[in-house]
Amino acid sequence: MIPGPDVLPLPSSPLAGRPPRALLLAGAGTAIAAIIPLLYLLVRVSGAGAERIVDVLANRRTLETAATSVALVIVVVGACLLIGVPTGWLLARVQLPFRALWVVGAALPLAVPSYVAAYAWLAQFPMSGFWAAALILTLVSFPYVALPVTAALRSSDPALEEVARTLGRGPVRSFTETTLPQAWPAAAAGALLVALYVLSDFGAVALLRVDAFTRVIYTSYRASFDRVGATVLALVLVALALLLVVAERRIRGRRQRWRVGVGTQRRAVAVNLRGLSMALAVAWLALLTGLALGVPLVSLLLRMLQGSRTPLDIGELASAAVNSFGVAAAGAALAVALALPVAILAARYRTPMVRAIETVSYTGHALPGVVVGLSMVFLTLAVLPVAYQTVAALAFAYAVLFLPKAIGSARSATAAVPPVLELTARTLGRGPLRAWAATTLRYTLPGIATGGLLVLLTAMKELPVTLMLRPTGLDTLATELWSRTEVAAYGSAAPYAFALIVLAAVPAWLVGRMVTNEFASEGMNP
Amino acid sequence: MTGVVVRGLTAGYGSEAVLHDLDLTVPSGAVSAVLGRSGSGKTTFLRILAGFVRPAAGTVQFGDRLVAGAGAGFPHCFVPPEKRRVGIVPQEGALFPHLSVSENVGFGLPRYSESRIGELLEMVGMGSHATARPHELSGGQQQRVALARALAPRPDVVLLDEPFSSLDLALRARLRSEVCGLLRSLGTTAVLVTHDQEEALSIADLVAVLRDGRIVQAGTPAALYTEPADLELARFLGEVAELPVSVVRGGLATCSLGDVVVQGGEPRDLAVAGGDVVAVLRPEQLELSRPGGDGGGLGAGVVRETAYYGHDAVVQVELADGTRVPVRTPGGVTSPPRPGEAVMVRATGVGRLYPAEPAVDRLCARTGGRSATTTSNTPPSRFVTMR
Repeated sequence: MIPGPDVLPLPSSPLAGRPPRALLLAGAGTAIAAIIPLLYLLVRVSGAGAERIVDVLANRRTLETAATSVALVIVVVGACLLIGVPTGWLLARVQLPFRALWVVGAALPLAVPSYVAAYAWLAQFPMSGFWAAALILTLVSFPYVALPVTAALRSSDPALEEVARTLGRGPVRSFTETTLPQAWPAAAAGALLVALYVLSDFGAVALLRVDAFTRVIYTSYRASFDRVGATVLALVLVALALLLVVAERRIRGRRQRWRVGVGTQRRAVAVNLRGLSMALAVAWLALLTGLALGVPLVSLLLRMLQGSRTPLDIGELASAAVNSFGVAAAGAALAVALALPVAILAARYRTPMVRAIETVSYTGHALPGVVVGLSMVFLTLAVLPVAYQTVAALAFAYAVLFLPKAIGSARSATAAVPPVLELTARTLGRGPLRAWAATTLRYTLPGIATGGLLVLLTAMKELPVTLMLRPTGLDTLATELWSRTEVAAYGSAAPYAFALIVLAAVPAWLVGRMVTNEFASEGMNP
Repeated sequence: MTGVVVRGLTAGYGSEAVLHDLDLTVPSGAVSAVLGRSGSGKTTFLRILAGFVRPAAGTVQFGDRLVAGAGAGFPHCFVPPEKRRVGIVPQEGALFPHLSVSENVGFGLPRYSESRIGELLEMVGMGSHATARPHELSGGQQQRVALARALAPRPDVVLLDEPFSSLDLALRARLRSEVCGLLRSLGTTAVLVTHDQEEALSIADLVAVLRDGRIVQAGTPAALYTEPADLELARFLGEVAELPVSVVRGGLATCSLGDVVVQGGEPRDLAVAGGDVVAVLRPEQLELSRPGGDGGGLGAGVVRETAYYGHDAVVQVELADGTRVPVRTPGGVTSPPRPGEAVMVRATGVGRLYPAEPAVDRLCARTGGRSATTTSNTPPSRFVTMR
């Protein structure tokens, strides 16, 4: 068959023309896999009958849970904005001593899983309840606001403030009237990520005994196998999360449009603080880093030094680490395989079908781990009992949950390779697949690998999905830390927490590199 | 009416100096251009006028108002940008992305005034876009709004920082003549910074050429083009025919075109400068004719290349001694001679004498490896002046 002009796409990115059918089918397969957990919950609920659903929804406990979750979100988001925006300004615009170090310090809290932070604080200060959870969640999630604000303030065009000066504004008003409004979309998008994080978080609220959605869902599933109750709550949680995701996307879209012009950008002039104001700035950053990183690390080290009544079993720790790595690696491999077709489609073709596939594949972004775990438990029990609590089911859940990371990485790597390379290879006699492998794939491998690594490391920290789906007797670092903390065996939990923090530092370092724009220019590829 | 007077202006320190002891008077109510390659210091100069950069030494006056003064022997003074009554149109406009078009224009008004904003937008031909957002506008439209925004508070001086460089050729030419027409009709003193010699020559009343932080020459476009201060500037401002000269006597230089009428450059100075001397003529000061004939300033040659532009054509002729010269011939229906044809070249204008310098290497060294053609709009084929 001679390809018509619409079959070979034009050498522009994204490509005109229709995507190949095989690629489209593979992408559709990924989208279906990604939405299975959510669909199955809907199926289960619709089978329960309207009366039962209304019962659960109108239940006093449900309303209390919703109120608790929403209040927690509001408090933490408010605190993150209050902390993150000024911190972002300090990091972006002030000539700080050891500036790079403070930036890393502001990125690293992302590396501390919420349940590790909660454990570390608990191990020193007996605390529990709403405000304790709000404190812990604020300390681990404020970088979601601080880092994008830093990037936005650093990349904003200094010409804007200069123009404002010539139009009669002093230095402070020039900043508040031109640059600050541009940092707001970044702060708002970050705030929504914080909200999503808080809503989905299981570890901190569970350890600090706050009856937010995730904890209530988990306990009602554990206690009674109350399938309808847990399922309805899970769907309410997903609905809230979806609202946040949609809002975040809209703000992100608008932020992209807020760039006018394409020329070379100068770096903004740094503010030189003197004397007391500089001392205050450094003290603020030191306090923040101390609370978010210092307290957990010191607490961990103290606990490790004190030891515990039961001596550390190195073999147990090693086998937990190996298990963590094994199941996470399986999940990462599956996620990369599922992500590739979607990433290529999204980077190269912009048809409504491709958009739909991409959007659906991102479902995991809005699914709290507890929800995926719950759905997979019910699904395997009802449809495929052989798969119940197997590594396969666990890997699948990881893949669905962290698919967005794998797609995002592979997609931006693919988009960065000019399609004309692949087309040139076609004109030199390679078939579509060989042309892709000989050109685009070679350049995108680092990006794809980064995505896989990100999934691997995130999955190793994952708590609720692992708790619900792991094969009986398979202990990972996260589950060991969890079970030891639950029985207040803080000393013997310390080595596990330490191993988790070390593991988690890698993706946080990657994210920090991507977000703070002095590193961004170096890109993800070596 | 406010002119700009700059005296002894120095920016940066020691070996890092960007501007050296600059003197310049920008006439009131005129459009002046500061022309220079990147790295020549022209942007720093503009930023000093705006008040974004403090000079290390020297003074800047707007009319009789001192706005900046620093260094030994100068009065100390620094007026911040917001008090200078200066408007700026930055590269690519730098519109405030979070404000609408009319909010952008109204930003510098003491009171938000719909009628004043409407008037300004009409003036720049953007009356129908008042509610648009900056990202919805094309590059040219953004520049128009940026100009309206700069003019809104009725500044004494308007500064334009390569405002047209990001636009495509056709739009650039139209917009710059519109903008300069508007600035002239308002009687605003305007300083335009550009690296585009065609832009500077075509729209400015006064052009100051900046090189390595020093003013090489300042004057009317015609004065600069016809009497450039040195050979490098002559090359920068347009195409040149460089003819090696053997003897200069009584206003006549003997070269491969015979005896050519010349001026400038005392023979003695030129001799001291290193011996080799060239007579420089513009392509339009040369004329082609059929082989044969005789007389002063006539030389035989062979056509090597022809570039036809419609309104005219530029013919590269290799003279008997191997010198290549560009000759501008009338365009239209007359087809220019083809490569390989034998022709005679006659000088019809007065040449200028300069000490000879290597053609390309020197320029490359100066602009950091970029050839002269990268900063001009002239297609490379029109810039062949190899000998």
